[in-house]
Amino acid sequence: MAHANPTGWKRWLFSTNHKDIGVMYIWFAFIAGMVGFGMSGLIRMELMEPGIQVIPSVFNMTDDQARHMFNVLTTGHGLIMVFFMVMPALIGGFGNYFVPLMIGAPDMAFPRMNNISFWMMPPAFILLLLSTFVEGPSGMDGFGGGWTAYAPLSVSGHPGPSMDLAIFSLHVAGASSIMGAINYITTIFNMRAPGMTIHKMPLFAWSILITAFLLVLSLPVLAGAITMLLTDRNFGTTFFDPAGGGDPILFQHLFWFFGHPEVYIMILPAFGIVSHIISTFSKKPIFGYLGMAYAMTAIGFIGFVVWAHHMYTVGLDVDTKAYFTAATMVIAVPTGVKIFSWIATMWGGSLRFTVPMMYAIAFILLFTVGGVTGVVLANPGADVAMHDTYYVVAHFHYVLSLGAVFGIFAGLYYWIGKMTGKEYPNALAKLQFWITFVGVNMIFFPQHFLGLQGMPRRIVDYPDQFAYWNWVSSWGYLVTLVGVVLFIIVMGITLSRKKTLGNNQWGEGANTLEWTLSSPPPFHQFNELPRIK
Amino acid sequence: MNVKGLIAGMAAGMTALFAVAAGATAQDRIGQPIDKGYWLQEAASEQAQKISDFNELLFWIILVITIFVFILMFYTMFRFREKANPVPSKVSHNTFIEIVWTVVPIIILVVIGVISLPLLYWQDQVPETDMAIKVTGGQWNWTYSYPDHGDFEMTANVIDDATHADATKLAAAEAELSAFLGWPAKLNARLLDTDYRLVLPVNTKIKVQLTASDVIHAWTVPAFGVKLDAVPGRLNETWFEANQTGIFYGQCSELCGKDHAFMPIAVEIVSKEKFARWVALQGGTIAAASAPTLGR
Repeated sequence: MAHANPTGWKRWLFSTNHKDIGVMYIWFAFIAGMVGFGMSGLIRMELMEPGIQVIPSVFNMTDDQARHMFNVLTTGHGLIMVFFMVMPALIGGFGNYFVPLMIGAPDMAFPRMNNISFWMMPPAFILLLLSTFVEGPSGMDGFGGGWTAYAPLSVSGHPGPSMDLAIFSLHVAGASSIMGAINYITTIFNMRAPGMTIHKMPLFAWSILITAFLLVLSLPVLAGAITMLLTDRNFGTTFFDPAGGGDPILFQHLFWFFGHPEVYIMILPAFGIVSHIISTFSKKPIFGYLGMAYAMTAIGFIGFVVWAHHMYTVGLDVDTKAYFTAATMVIAVPTGVKIFSWIATMWGGSLRFTVPMMYAIAFILLFTVGGVTGVVLANPGADVAMHDTYYVVAHFHYVLSLGAVFGIFAGLYYWIGKMTGKEYPNALAKLQFWITFVGVNMIFFPQHFLGLQGMPRRIVDYPDQFAYWNWVSSWGYLVTLVGVVLFIIVMGITLSRKKTLGNNQWGEGANTLEWTLSSPPPFHQFNELPRIK
Repeated sequence: MNVKGLIAGMAAGMTALFAVAAGATAQDRIGQPIDKGYWLQEAASEQAQKISDFNELLFWIILVITIFVFILMFYTMFRFREKANPVPSKVSHNTFIEIVWTVVPIIILVVIGVISLPLLYWQDQVPETDMAIKVTGGQWNWTYSYPDHGDFEMTANVIDDATHADATKLAAAEAELSAFLGWPAKLNARLLDTDYRLVLPVNTKIKVQLTASDVIHAWTVPAFGVKLDAVPGRLNETWFEANQTGIFYGQCSELCGKDHAFMPIAVEIVSKEKFARWVALQGGTIAAASAPTLGR
């Protein structure tokens, strides 16, 4: 039977159902997120006070090994959060589950490719975890060269097989993402319900479409760059080795040609989610819909031509820097359009401050903070002081940890009722929001001060003058930890409840197609395609 | 708690949080971060001063933007809450306001750009310098050489915690540094002090040529407004002119492996006469040709 309802392990392992695959992605992101969050905990606890004390006692290792271990942790935290938490949650998870529902499609265009896209993620994750247990630099385990893996530290600096495993991990994760992206593009272009023109498509589908294009265009460059690393490491090529006519800076260009679009890959789906939530709880259609859609398109496009602003201190030509300054600042314009359009959507609305709405509003405010510090960093004149300091760390955590991750929380609270038919405990969820909100701000706001004072990133121990704000930041982590534990409790309570929700939990305002279906939606939906007026 | 009490409490909390030991900002702490510091380090060169001024300008711009967005958001949240406004409007377009919020940010960015780009070009051109030093980053120390003064060189390593913990060792390290410098030296900046210091004259335009012997490092002295990567196979160039004497610290600013946190930069800026004496002590030469540069 073509449309069987498989049960048991077959339902999941052989799944070709976009909703099941989406759910698996979300669980995967949750597990990886816990690992990444645990790593950041070790980092913050080590940095709570000057000196090296936590890592040696946790891992029972010498001071020397602990110094390397710290780098392994920052590297692992970065890679896991980017490739195995934010991307699977937003793109694989919410994208898979809700894009077909929102555009009125029965499933994704290539259901079997969807299956392999997902099932390549666990092996990729396992490869990355394995890499921390094999030799990196001689005598020490794990790759500690940062998520950016700059050559030559990732070549001659790590002769052991650890880096090779990390490269394979990224290859596999990248292939998975490319297949996913092809699937989204095909689905969105070909499977929209009759009457749903591209200019009537919900903004979340728009955001996933743009993200998919960014993935298809940028990931092959990363794949090429890390393959060149691989051959430099193992087969005697010298792409990045000046001794053989290569150039270490070439790797940085290739990496950031991928790396900068990657940050928009992480944030655009969150933009889409936030747009729906703001619209739903304002009981108003989104303000300036076309402007919002094309602002995202513009961000995606410009995102490809600004990469070298990550490289202001490598010794670029001054004209190159001037160009990248101008191009980078241009991004602030469509971003501003989005921020103001969200507020304009709320303006004149009838606002309900549910938990997803609180997360969405916090997203807008904190993304603004991260955005304006980005404008500061865009200027090489100022960036000289802040480059590679905690100011940068604070900036990108404001847009990612407090931006993309808040987008994930917002989406989860917004759609958990749709996905499970169960209602989350409201009061506890509000408490969870406030604790997390206070915690993450306490972690990251003081890091601006550390950066301005000159504290470099990725250092295991620091001069005593930096102790105070590091101490505040680490306590912020402990507050956030309470928030995360509460999050697990909230989700646990939700999942243990009975299915009570009808089609539309949020009432007036929630008018995308997923709210016309039961909660949870039927295993196969839209057997008869909906017609859009 | 009423609103007044809340605000008073928050103000008190903020004051406590930012209770910077005011004395610590004094001259004796120049050249390094200060306890509880939350702003750029005090500038000791024209570049750093310009960076600091520019950053301050940017700070006010972004502060105004952020406050504007926050107030707008909070006002909207208050005015259009469900209770106050049960019937939502259906407005979803307003061409005029959309043009305004596109054009106004463009104007702000143009203003920033007009200030930013000249600063960039000014920072980047290396002027006629009075002397050059060559800096080579290696895992995990900095090697300094003085090509204009007889090409002598030294390698600066961090003073590690073991030395700091042991009074005898620390005294020995201080004695060695003092002998190297020719004047008494104290080692009290943990993870910033090095066994040898880069000694340079004040009010002198110094060209810094940077490279690395193994992986990428970055040479940074915040008080001079200098940060540049040391890349193997490349010779990067920058410059600075310290306008006061003292000891100025920085830390490697590009992840370079296990001891990335342990390769600080310590620069001692001295008078030109003292510098000449120090060069002589190193067995270096102040060439006749370069003598006028010292006297200017």
